[in-house]
Amino acid sequence: MKVLERLGHTVDFPAGQTCCGQMHWNTGYQAEALPLVGRFVEQFRHAEAVVVPSSSCVAMMRDHYPKMAEELGDRKLMAEVAELLPRVYEFSEFLTRGLGLTDVGAYYPHRVTYHASCHGLRNLGLGDGPMSLLRAVKGIDLVQIENMEQCCGFGGTFAVKNADVSSAMLAEKTTAVLNTGAEACTACDNSCLMHIQGALHRQRTGVRTVHLAEILAGAEGDAL
Amino acid sequence: MATETGRALDTSAARTEILRRIRAANGGTSDAARAAEQWAAIERDYRRTATRSREEILELLEDRLRDYDANVVRAPEADVPAAVARMLRERGRRKLLIPPGLKAAWLPEGFEFAEDHGGSPAELDRFEGVITGSTVAIALTGSVILQNVAGEGRRAVSLVPDYHLCLVRVEDVVETVPEALDRIKGSATLPTTFFAGPSATADIEMTRIKGVHGPRFLDIILIS
Amino acid sequence: MSSADSVLDPKTSPTFPIAAKTSLRDTQLRKNVRHATEVIQNKRARVVGEMPDWQQLRESGKQIREHAMAHLDYHLEEFERNCTRAGGKVHWARDGEEAKRIVTELVKQHASPENPEVIKIKSMTTEEIHLNIALEAAGIKAYETDLAELIIQLGHDQPSHIVVPALHKNRQQIREIFQREMNLPELGDKPQDLADAARRFLREKFLRVNTAVSGANFLIAETGGVCIVESEGNGRMCLTLPDTLITVAGIDKILPRYQDLEVMLQLLPRSATGERMNPYNSIWTGVHEGDGPRNFHVVLMDNARTSVLADDEGRQTLNCIRCAACQNACPVYRQTGGHAYGSVYAGPIGAILTPQLQQLHHAQTLPYASSLCGACYEVCPVKINIPEVLIHLRNKVVKQKGPLNPEALAMKTVGAIFKSERRFRAAQRLGRVAETPLVGKDGWIGWLPGMLGGWTQVRDLREMPKETFRDWWEKRGKRGN
Repeated sequence: MKVLERLGHTVDFPAGQTCCGQMHWNTGYQAEALPLVGRFVEQFRHAEAVVVPSSSCVAMMRDHYPKMAEELGDRKLMAEVAELLPRVYEFSEFLTRGLGLTDVGAYYPHRVTYHASCHGLRNLGLGDGPMSLLRAVKGIDLVQIENMEQCCGFGGTFAVKNADVSSAMLAEKTTAVLNTGAEACTACDNSCLMHIQGALHRQRTGVRTVHLAEILAGAEGDAL
Repeated sequence: MATETGRALDTSAARTEILRRIRAANGGTSDAARAAEQWAAIERDYRRTATRSREEILELLEDRLRDYDANVVRAPEADVPAAVARMLRERGRRKLLIPPGLKAAWLPEGFEFAEDHGGSPAELDRFEGVITGSTVAIALTGSVILQNVAGEGRRAVSLVPDYHLCLVRVEDVVETVPEALDRIKGSATLPTTFFAGPSATADIEMTRIKGVHGPRFLDIILIS
Repeated sequence: MSSADSVLDPKTSPTFPIAAKTSLRDTQLRKNVRHATEVIQNKRARVVGEMPDWQQLRESGKQIREHAMAHLDYHLEEFERNCTRAGGKVHWARDGEEAKRIVTELVKQHASPENPEVIKIKSMTTEEIHLNIALEAAGIKAYETDLAELIIQLGHDQPSHIVVPALHKNRQQIREIFQREMNLPELGDKPQDLADAARRFLREKFLRVNTAVSGANFLIAETGGVCIVESEGNGRMCLTLPDTLITVAGIDKILPRYQDLEVMLQLLPRSATGERMNPYNSIWTGVHEGDGPRNFHVVLMDNARTSVLADDEGRQTLNCIRCAACQNACPVYRQTGGHAYGSVYAGPIGAILTPQLQQLHHAQTLPYASSLCGACYEVCPVKINIPEVLIHLRNKVVKQKGPLNPEALAMKTVGAIFKSERRFRAAQRLGRVAETPLVGKDGWIGWLPGMLGGWTQVRDLREMPKETFRDWWEKRGKRGN
């Protein structure tokens, strides 16, 4: 919100929004996910642009909503989805591709490392976008993490249904974060961040996670 | 049920059933015309022709072969026997197997050459090496292709002896895999062997080790 | 040499989460798997990076394989016609049992009756049906000749990777196996020593045994030819020296035309072992006088492939060319290795192929053995959308399990909450109330009950914010510029 308003945009938050349906769809509960397509369209159809601070949610919509509307046999919904989707952006994507920006006037004087969330990387093809935004942040000390593109092990319900493997994957990611000496690990997805932070906190590492938007919202004069 | 009729197995019931299942799965029966039409419609935007100069192609082939630990020398037609002699002396080989139809003018004096007459594997095993020609070589991959033709022989001949000296004419060198397949399409049913370097395995800790089975030593003479 | 010691059979394997627990405890295994997959991935990246037309090759590979499946009946008949015309004999098997009976019968017909033996080239298809056990039961000794398969066989083990089946073993472990089984107490431990020992041990068999069993990488319909892609030369030995060759191939191995090899022979080596071309490819058609076996048999096997074909979303699984690039890229496989999947097909391809070959009667936990990261889809040379198939199979498993289990009931409840703003707000309020007893002084939760306990095994969970975004938004009113 801060970033978007700083850039001069008017932001609205439709109160009726709930969830994109990813958790249900990906776990095999397609029937429970289907009604959420119509709900999303209903909530957001009047927006000039829909900005989503989560790459996995946008991937869910882009990759699956058209097919889901088709499965519902709802021609009207299919048309509405097709009309709305081009206006739906992941947050970093909105800045770099929607607005053509890399410098959003941010100030964040901390040592930070970036984790490339799977959906943003592979489904949305964010590429260098998030890193280009980070590089333009004043005062930031950006350090490259090893195996940046390797999954953190969250995977939605996978984290619970296959907790042991998820933990093993997380252990590698956590070690990689700690090896960078960064104060904070950032990404475009809160699910990854919640997962990584869960371990960083449990192990009392003193390293935190911070969403990309929080970094970009940083300004001089913020309490450090 | 596979039933025996004397010494012959009759699996026609299985055949009928499997074809029925396929047609049910595909929602119909295919035929030559339909298959041909759709095969012709397959997109093929990959490289099918050379992009390098002839000299670059030959250098590339030499490079690749050396990468695989094969010795490569170039020799004009008139110098071939001398080049063969030099290589055999370097390798300490005197008694060599040759396939029927190998160009006699290529063979030097002072060595024992025995033409293959269909001997047993144990008999083939007694030779110190084999000399053959070749059908086509692929520069991009460092591959050489042999077929059962005059000068190249049956497959066992270039397999059992531990040393293979292979003669490749420069006009038989192509850059890409598709070009090579084009060259051998007309003799597609002949026994065919592609080799790229001497035999190797990476099954032990992923280290490539030479020479498990098949010739452990490979020399190539490029005839210009 | 009993291979019945530890069989990877999806019908009896433990579930993935349980099997994974065991694999995760094996630090040697995890180290070996990490090392091996990293090496192949780096090699693959390098040789793929050299190819400016790699994406075009992938697209053509995908279309060729889709075409083969769409016209499978025609192409199988075409293959049979051309192979038979060239002197080969083609047999059909509806399932693994039939295939085993046919192969056993053929071996009995051709191998020497006092001491029936066969030499084998590595074939995942024959592993799938546990052919060696059937041969053994019939008194036939089957010698694996691929170095990795030899290691597996002598070590009474099971394959853990499609291309490098003994990837979970390091050189010391291999040396111990060879020392014991080949009776070589002085054996060194350099990879070259081990390879030399294997060469001597096997060469004797190549020059003597008169019957061979192989799989097939590709069956070429247009010519009736068969193509085998290999590295060591044991394939060439088995395909050329014996009197009789029996090739067992899934019906999905069909390639429509000879020319299509120009795509596959570029995609496969670069994806499988990170090489521009593997050391040896062999192509032969039926029987050729004076060159190779006098008797050539092909066993075309279905074994549930037609049921995969019948599933619109799942049938792309059959396009697989067994390169195992997906296994090397998979962050889950990286942690567990292949045995945890309880099937000879492991990693991402195993997670979609095995449940489907079992027609979802078994291996129902495999579609969940993935974080859906998509790394597999990125590297698949024929563009199988593995994440999509995983989700599709999860849907099928859920439907099969029905609505009356705890997970389904929870999902239904949450689904109902998501359908209504009022319920969503209520749930947020309820969540804050329910978590209160679990929240520590620092605002973190260290333990969650029941199904959610998996989270707090190694992770803390931050408590819900005192003020949700929704609350904050409503408090400040519609401000904007």
